[in-house]
Amino acid sequence: MLEVSALNSFYGKAHILNDLSFKVERGEVVALLGRNGAGKTTTMKSLMQLVRPRSGQVIFDGTRITGLPAHKAARLGLGYVPEERRIFSDLTILENLEVGRQRPREGAPAWTLEALFELFPNLWERRNNRGKAMSGGEQQMLTIARTLMGNPKLLLLDEPSEGIAPVIVEQMARTIVRLKNEGLTVIISEQNLHFARMVADRAVIIEGGEKKFDGSFSELEKHPEIRDAYLSV
Amino acid sequence: MAMGLFVAQLLTGLANAAALFLVASGLSLIFGVTRIVNFAHGSLYMIGAYVGVTLMNVLPGHFGFWGSIVLAGLITGLIGVVIEMCVLRPVYKAPELFQLVATFGVILVIQDLALMIWGAEDKLGPRAPGLKSVVRILGEPVPQYDLALIAITPFILFALWWLITKTRVGILVRAATQDREMVGALGVNQAWLFTGVFFLGSALAGLGGAIQLPKGGADLLMDLNIISAVFVVVVIGGMGSITGAFLASVLISVLNVFGVTYLPQSTLVLMYVVMAVVLLVRPYGLFGREEKAGEHGQVGEPDRPIRPFGKMGMALTSLLLLGLALVPFLGSSFAQVLIVDILIFCLFAASLQFILSTGGLVSFGHALFYGGGAYAAALLMSYADTPMEVAFILAPISAGLLALVVGWFCIRLSGVYFAMLTLAFSQLGWSLVFQWNEVTGGDDGLVNIWPSAWLSDTTTYYYFALVFVTAGILFLRHVIHAPFGYALRAARDSARQAEATGIDVRKVQWMSFALAGAIAGLAGALFVFSKGSIFPNELQISKSFDALIVVFLGGVKTLSGGIVGATFLEGAKDWLIRLEYWRLVLGLVIIFVVIIAPDGIVGTLRRLGERLGLRRQEEFMR
Repeated sequence: MLEVSALNSFYGKAHILNDLSFKVERGEVVALLGRNGAGKTTTMKSLMQLVRPRSGQVIFDGTRITGLPAHKAARLGLGYVPEERRIFSDLTILENLEVGRQRPREGAPAWTLEALFELFPNLWERRNNRGKAMSGGEQQMLTIARTLMGNPKLLLLDEPSEGIAPVIVEQMARTIVRLKNEGLTVIISEQNLHFARMVADRAVIIEGGEKKFDGSFSELEKHPEIRDAYLSV
Repeated sequence: MAMGLFVAQLLTGLANAAALFLVASGLSLIFGVTRIVNFAHGSLYMIGAYVGVTLMNVLPGHFGFWGSIVLAGLITGLIGVVIEMCVLRPVYKAPELFQLVATFGVILVIQDLALMIWGAEDKLGPRAPGLKSVVRILGEPVPQYDLALIAITPFILFALWWLITKTRVGILVRAATQDREMVGALGVNQAWLFTGVFFLGSALAGLGGAIQLPKGGADLLMDLNIISAVFVVVVIGGMGSITGAFLASVLISVLNVFGVTYLPQSTLVLMYVVMAVVLLVRPYGLFGREEKAGEHGQVGEPDRPIRPFGKMGMALTSLLLLGLALVPFLGSSFAQVLIVDILIFCLFAASLQFILSTGGLVSFGHALFYGGGAYAAALLMSYADTPMEVAFILAPISAGLLALVVGWFCIRLSGVYFAMLTLAFSQLGWSLVFQWNEVTGGDDGLVNIWPSAWLSDTTTYYYFALVFVTAGILFLRHVIHAPFGYALRAARDSARQAEATGIDVRKVQWMSFALAGAIAGLAGALFVFSKGSIFPNELQISKSFDALIVVFLGGVKTLSGGIVGATFLEGAKDWLIRLEYWRLVLGLVIIFVVIIAPDGIVGTLRRLGERLGLRRQEEFMR
């Protein structure tokens, strides 16, 4: 589904991603783990083409997307949920969802407003409220729903558990598992190993923009030194 | 006052609001999404009028008249699309100032193209078929066409409201106003969204130009004539708000009509006074939202660390000064007069460059202080019999005080609103001088303001100007390198950080604004005594824009940029004005510089020098 090879990204002269390569299979949920500043968000943005990688390539479902504008990547079925959520706060919830709407796509679950409101019941109650009147958890639900309106094949979730109440984190985990069951491929970036283990099949650990580990959680369990070196516990 | 007259005037005001609203809503819409203040919007209005009048002369009858208006709107919209794609797309990520200057280049190009196509003569707008006569309302004649305009405006407002709030396009537009990148990440092609918005905004301007034809016709001045009113409207209403644009258009138009009747001496001033008052109470306009500085692409390449001159720089500067000091021995007195003009313009440009670049405050009304200083000296000489020397010293002080007052109002705002408010104040100053005949002589200016006998010789005055200009520029340079200059740059780069380190950001900016005003006033004083007279055009918008363009052409980032640019433009002007279509040439040069060489003359030379290894390259981390 996604093949990242030798990706290098920069902010100005600062080298953020260093020859990063990994693969994601169809239907898989992969957790991108690492500390603050490890390059998780930059990886997500480089996949979405919001940051232009200087070298390397990203093949998404057979198409090379490196160098394409972000909207083209989105139209190929790449869905992006940013860390800062970036709700359109002047728009109502329904309008926010409308911005994300794209045609149904072959090989991806097709979402309707009804299905999304069933998935996130809170949003239905507040559908005509403006984005700015929402709690952090509700905003997180809304960004996910907004991206799902584009019927993506692959969902990029940047730190979905950050800054929301523990109760909502659990709800979020259930949601991600459901999305997986619907047949969606997901990459989530996380600092929270516990949360990642609940939802993901596999872990990719990065530090300083380089890949340090790629394997299942049981494998990671066998190497506590890796966890101690690259993840904050 | 008779009720009938009152009603009739109210109706005229409402009818005038129609065109103003169309143009202003277009500008507001474009600003909301692209964050570009399109100075060329008035030019689109002019194009709409010319295209409309041309079509009306060809197409007959009712259908021809109204069809021409709609077609003029569509054609103007397409022209807007061309402008967007060729000029603006390359500069969306550039700092604000660059975008403004680019659209200013577009104004110049369109002015000359219009002159080429439609000629210099004003075109009379045909009257609307079936609406040629007047209706008596309470005994007063009201043109039928005015009533038609009043009836049409709410429909346009409604249509726009519907488009923005109820359609998918409108939702996307509003979303893009907030976060363009996110809209793109959700699969929307922003480039086309921008182009679409530009089409709509331009079409509205064109429609405005065509719809006012029966009342005003088409002429080559209408672009600049409407643009300041449109800015006032958009700023009062709140940038990006259609409803705000509507209310403000009505307010300004009605006020204007009544102003003409009851306060004929203050028609020009009135509009700006209203704007200043509104901004004092609501800094972001009636329906505007707070604008964070640097929100839209003020991040360029980081500024280079400033350094004292090296040996090379010292030597070159000394050589230049020596050369200038020798001019009277070599050149004619004509050359001396020309160089004095250039020197004065250099000082004026340097003071603008200081506030613009070091201060990070994009002022659109800097001519107010230049003209202010000049008028202060002239008024003192004319009315108080002040000796010339005293008047000369008091001029920059008065300009500084004026800048202190104006700055107090303006510094509270930032970005576009700051620019607009400075523009408004300078227009206020200009209209005061222009209309206060008894004191300022109005359009006839103040004459016979000559320097004392010991200075009256051309060569003596040449040295006098050279000394003061050099001193002024060195002083500015010194300030930039002094702790005050550091504080100012800190305030520009990160107001919050600066505040946290104990810098009183407002105060530092306020003081620098006053300082820049005083230096501009010094330039104005040198000007008035070199010419012996002063006229209102010295503090007109175009004077402020000249300085902006000069600073821009020279290079925004270094003090020498303003000086080089001023020398270049003053020098080239003589040659340029001889060309029939000099505006076209200048406009194209400006657009070219913005897109290809945005560092200006000095920056480009510097880069070239670095590439050739003549200058040490500087490293910085971003």
